[in-house]
Amino acid sequence: MASRSRKSKSDYGSIYKGHEGQWSWMLHRITGVAIILFLFAHVIDTAAVGWGPNAYNRITAAYENPFVRLLELGLVIAVIYHSLNGLKITLIDFFPRLVKHIRPLSLAFTIFFVLLLIPVTWIMLGQTWDLIQK
Amino acid sequence: MATTTTPRTSDPVPPRRGSDTTLGRDRPLGGFELWTWLFMRISGLLLLVLAVGHTLIMHLPAGGVSRIDFGFVAVRWQSPFWRTWDWMLLMLALVHGINGLRNITLDYVRKPGVRFALNMGYYVIGFTLMVLGTVIVVTFDPTKWGPIAP
Repeated sequence: MASRSRKSKSDYGSIYKGHEGQWSWMLHRITGVAIILFLFAHVIDTAAVGWGPNAYNRITAAYENPFVRLLELGLVIAVIYHSLNGLKITLIDFFPRLVKHIRPLSLAFTIFFVLLLIPVTWIMLGQTWDLIQK
Repeated sequence: MATTTTPRTSDPVPPRRGSDTTLGRDRPLGGFELWTWLFMRISGLLLLVLAVGHTLIMHLPAGGVSRIDFGFVAVRWQSPFWRTWDWMLLMLALVHGINGLRNITLDYVRKPGVRFALNMGYYVIGFTLMVLGTVIVVTFDPTKWGPIAP
């Protein structure tokens, strides 16, 4: 990371002092907000089943679009990241001794996350490609 | 809800209850915030199954979300298992997500009036969606629009 060239003006200093954990903390928030915003829309689109096939099929047709499919891939990745990182947070909070092993633990979670990303991205980009070909 | 902050004068030592170790992360000492803290972790573990399972089941099999239409939902919700799964996911995800928004707002929004307005907005949206989702999951009856074709 780049060295800090000027002091923060805040009384609190910078939010975190450069541990890798600040990135997972930030990603946890960003993915969390993204997921809840999608959930708001998703509850409403699913509720359309209560108005019958025409209403529901017209609304879900909005997802049949390559750009929306890329957003969908982002959503799935966000859910996987948020879940794994949340599991890491929960483990550390319930078993504080794990803090001593925070770096290998985080590395293990990151590797697992990346390994999951590969098939998920492959499959969903394939679906997007099929949609473009149609 | 704390609405004021005190400037930090030295490195904070997280206060911990019932433990003489300084290991671990800061956590609320009690009251409402401790219960929401605990709820986030317990619901998080449940959502690890409910939300990740839902995501993988809906998006990854052949056809992806293209296969999801009214008939798909009609067949799927014939099973009380999936209705229960989806309802639990709805409720837990909304409370978990709304509380997350509340936490973020408490971190970044300093003005008490704005905090209050934002939080009330989250609660109204969350409550409305819980009611809407619950009504649909419980009352959905596809036979109103003809026989179910699997």
